[in-house]
Amino acid sequence: MATDTLSNQGHAHGHDHDHHDDHHDTAGTKIFGFWVYLMSDLVIFGSLFATYAVLLRGTAGGPTPGEIFDLPLILISTFLLLISSFTYGMAVLAMNAGRVVQVQKWLIITFLLGAGFIGLELYEFQHLIHEGFGPDRSGFLSAFFTLVGTHGLHVTFGLIWILVMLIQLKKQGLTEVTRPRIMCLSLFWHFLDIVWICVFSFVYLMGVL
Amino acid sequence: MFGKLSLEAIPTDPIVLTTIVAIVLGGGALTAAITYFKKWGYLWTEWITSVDHKKLGIMYFIVALVMLLRGFADAIMMRSQLAMASAGAEGFLPPSHYDQIFTAHGVIMIFFVAMPMVIGLMNLVVPLQIGARDVAFPFLNNLSFWLFAAGVVLVNVSLFVGEFAKTGWLAYAPLSGLDYSPGVGVDYWIWALQISGIGTTMTGINFFVTILKMRTKGMTMFRMPIFTWTSLCANVLIIASFPILTATIALLTLDRYLGMNFFTTDLGGNMMMYVNLIWAWGHPEVYILILPAFGVFSEVIATFAKKRLFGYNTMVWATVAITILSFVVWLHHFFTMGAGADVNAFFGIMTMIIAIPTGVKIFNWLFTMYRGRLEFTSPVLWTLGFIITFTLGGMTGVMLSVPAANFVLHNSLFVIAHFHNVIIGGVVFGMLAGLTYWFPKAFGFTLNEKWGKRSFWCWFIGFYVAFTPLYVLAFFGAVRRMQSYSNPEWQPLMIVAWVGALIIAAGIACTLIQFYVSIRDRKQNQDVTGDPWDGRTLEWATSSPAPFYNFAHLPEVHGVDGFWEAKKANGGVPPISEPPYQDIHMPKNTWEGPIIALFATIFGFALVWHIWWLAIVGGIGMFATFMARIFNDDVDYYVPAAEVERIEREHRQRLKQKGDLAHSTRLETQS
Amino acid sequence: MIRKKYLRVLSPLVLVSLALLLTGCDSALMDPKGQVGEEQRTLILTAFGLMQIVVIPVIVMTIAFAWRYRRSNKNATYSPDWHHSNKVEAVVWFVPCVIIAFLAVLTWYTSHSLDPHKPLDVEEGGQEPMVIEAVSLDWKWLFIYPEQGIATVNEIAFPEDTPVRFRVTSGSVMNSFFIPRLGSQIYAMAGMDNDVHLIADEQGVYPGRSTNYSGAGFSDMTFDAHVGSQQDFEAWVSEVRESSESLTFPEEYYDLAAPSEDAEIQYFSEVSPSLYESIIKSFQAGGDHEARVSEFADSYAEGFGHGSAHSDDESAESHGKPMSAEAAE
Repeated sequence: MATDTLSNQGHAHGHDHDHHDDHHDTAGTKIFGFWVYLMSDLVIFGSLFATYAVLLRGTAGGPTPGEIFDLPLILISTFLLLISSFTYGMAVLAMNAGRVVQVQKWLIITFLLGAGFIGLELYEFQHLIHEGFGPDRSGFLSAFFTLVGTHGLHVTFGLIWILVMLIQLKKQGLTEVTRPRIMCLSLFWHFLDIVWICVFSFVYLMGVL
Repeated sequence: MFGKLSLEAIPTDPIVLTTIVAIVLGGGALTAAITYFKKWGYLWTEWITSVDHKKLGIMYFIVALVMLLRGFADAIMMRSQLAMASAGAEGFLPPSHYDQIFTAHGVIMIFFVAMPMVIGLMNLVVPLQIGARDVAFPFLNNLSFWLFAAGVVLVNVSLFVGEFAKTGWLAYAPLSGLDYSPGVGVDYWIWALQISGIGTTMTGINFFVTILKMRTKGMTMFRMPIFTWTSLCANVLIIASFPILTATIALLTLDRYLGMNFFTTDLGGNMMMYVNLIWAWGHPEVYILILPAFGVFSEVIATFAKKRLFGYNTMVWATVAITILSFVVWLHHFFTMGAGADVNAFFGIMTMIIAIPTGVKIFNWLFTMYRGRLEFTSPVLWTLGFIITFTLGGMTGVMLSVPAANFVLHNSLFVIAHFHNVIIGGVVFGMLAGLTYWFPKAFGFTLNEKWGKRSFWCWFIGFYVAFTPLYVLAFFGAVRRMQSYSNPEWQPLMIVAWVGALIIAAGIACTLIQFYVSIRDRKQNQDVTGDPWDGRTLEWATSSPAPFYNFAHLPEVHGVDGFWEAKKANGGVPPISEPPYQDIHMPKNTWEGPIIALFATIFGFALVWHIWWLAIVGGIGMFATFMARIFNDDVDYYVPAAEVERIEREHRQRLKQKGDLAHSTRLETQS
Repeated sequence: MIRKKYLRVLSPLVLVSLALLLTGCDSALMDPKGQVGEEQRTLILTAFGLMQIVVIPVIVMTIAFAWRYRRSNKNATYSPDWHHSNKVEAVVWFVPCVIIAFLAVLTWYTSHSLDPHKPLDVEEGGQEPMVIEAVSLDWKWLFIYPEQGIATVNEIAFPEDTPVRFRVTSGSVMNSFFIPRLGSQIYAMAGMDNDVHLIADEQGVYPGRSTNYSGAGFSDMTFDAHVGSQQDFEAWVSEVRESSESLTFPEEYYDLAAPSEDAEIQYFSEVSPSLYESIIKSFQAGGDHEARVSEFADSYAEGFGHGSAHSDDESAESHGKPMSAEAAE
């Protein structure tokens, strides 16, 4: 390699917006970066699951898992979230087909399902606290509220993100800015679904069984 | 209105008060000077809002050096206290003060000195080494730095308003719980670490993606410089371990703020889980610090021995092995908790297995020197000092890793001596070597060698004088974190250790003088070629200081030590970039990063003092600023080819004027 | 010139460390007074010695290579592209592997033989170990002798050549129970029943302490272990029995548990039966630790941001026993 190799990197570019020779902030890098973030988030959930497993027996004379879980309610919210993953998938399909209005419609449906999920979760929490089984009652309840609540907090951020995307889609449509964001949000939403399946089986099902 | 905050929170201790007055006066003078010379605009546009990885690297290093002074002041106070407080004497620091000092010393040195040095060096060097123009997410990089700075601010505010934690640097529960630490000290610890830790996680993601996605043409994974490899592994460790810290601190926060029972002694809490979680992060953390230091030594030794690094592949695989193993050894920090013999033995053996790849690395450095032409520059002295010191530190580490031996050595000064042995001998020596080595790339002139070498000898000798006594004292039963001791026989060795600390202080003074002298003589020490050490890797292929776009043309590499190969192919001189140039796509500065961090600081401070309305203001401020960023599409621009050509032409002219001479002398010495 | 510098630095260092090692010979860990400590000394020295196989060559090679291949030495071979050798690689992997393999076997063996929970193999007759229960409090050690029905603060005694099983727990934060001359330490944790088996082969007074930082009074959390003959021990027990103090659970225990620094030695001739178990249970379901510890809040609040600070005495007085009994409900 010599001078000429150093300089022959500058391929001719016809148009200003094709200047991606330095692969800077391209969609691929963004989505990959978001993947990596999700993996680090998974470590947080992993820590919380481990904590829950350790504190499962720390009921301190308070209620045990089997006594407080309302499985039918949880099943409803689980289905809300599962369906919302499907509807988000439809939004992505619509995006790939380039139909902005369809994307917006599916996003709104996803938002409503997600909001329903959060509503049920808030109801469950409020009910437990009302019964005197708040997070300060025992180590088990602390771990339960924190694990489920952290997931709920993530879903809430997802809802805010959907709102942001709706505004951005309205303002600029499907662009190279909004497309990767919708893809990242898709990863995020499915990721939360998978985490919820773990929460559902590990916390609720195993708690009741 | 102000939560728990009242005027009583200002300490009245004379030592603290003097420090406050000095810092207020100094800070006031600095502010006045900046205002007088009208430099606020310059600071804002060139530094505070900058997304240039090199400038962020420099800022990390500046903050780290300032915090080193504070952390070292703590060290001197502790050593003085222990030199005095023997056989009934109380010394000059009561427990309430001494306990804050050793906690602050540990927190500051690890989180706010070692981490920013490592991350600063990564920022400065990694994109250059892989032939990139920036990192993958420049805005995130700026935000990471400022969140780190927010943590620094909170730790320092705790000196003036309230108190710092009195729990030891890892704030073991239940001591750090509300029952036993009702003050605000632990809350400062929580928010300083939580905010800066989130910044660190983002840095880890950023550099992981940068290294994997933004390497220049021809740079396959197994052609990456070793420093880049070790940084990659360190970032993997950050991504996998810092979330554990975030979760652990969050659980402690819930215990303290909402009365939950994760780590309480009763109501179903489990404090052993805290110790497990914190070390599941804490052990990888020490490898986050040491791996990049290993990378620095690899670069330094190959460059100054003028020889290709011995066993490149082995070096890479040894690094990867250490990365993986670092996750299965955390229990060795608490063998004495009483786990069964099988568990203890497993973790002990896993720990000593790490000594194998580490030992191999040491031999690789030795065989890089073998049949080389070693020049005794100060980075080389740091490296040689490191090999000797770190080998000894590794040895004491293996001794600690044998559970049955650990039962008598644990919690003693042996542990203190051991980890200073590896952190000073490894991380500090490595970072100072890296600082000297890459300083010209950041500033365009080399550091003064005479003062650099003096600094090395002070640190090297000072380390042994300060810490050998601690190894010995451990055998007499001296433990860590004592504020006083009754056995008068320990005092002579404590005084020797104090003298050692003073010698290290002289080493730090030498570094400061080195900066002064080097800046004064910057014209003589100017690095015109951009390649002052006859380097081997791509960061030396561009001018010094590197232009903000790093490379006018992205370089291409054809092997390990790409730049060295290029020079060889070009008749021993570096290839120079020639026109024509293209427009270069670059990120724009960001005001959102520093503003989000400003609100994060307010948020943290408000929560420390339970000023709820202010916390809400901080939270909304962070969110709103972040939204502003999301709706801001004006984040990049193109540097016109003509501008690139102008900058490069100036560089070529400088080269012509002075470079010819430098090159001819270098060719002579080579032949 | 460089070598001289190295020698100048290294030779005094070597001398100093040798001198330190020699004086270290009568140190607590190098001159242990019990079987456990002796085995641990041997283990430390073995591990140390084994590692010299690598450490000494590395240090010698560092200095020798650096000197031999210095820039100014034009006589030394210079092979700038030599970067791989299967032979060298094999040796540098093999030697550390062998040493670590040996150490690993040693580790596995000693982790089991020196497991603190394992009763000691005492040669003469199957003597049952004597039990002493140690409770770490802020900031003192409470020792309970369940067989003798007595208790002490910051002092223990036991006969020589008698295996002792220390059951260790905490009435507060985590501490670590350690008598350096006798060997192994073990963590004291609230609500948990930990144990360590130790023995003393020689008479004497051996200092012990908490090694795990536990707050303001940690430095003075020390005690003495008096090891004498069986008669000496019995004399000591009767001396404790002469004390007029008693230690009942919960009232008198919580008075004692109130934080105090540099606590004096105390003897209790009467102790609530299964006091040790009661202390552990106080942290478990139905325990009243939470209510009790809140009484001490002021004594821990020595800093800022928690209202006014009280001294230890005040807090002990201002919260009378009847109040705390109510709070427990």
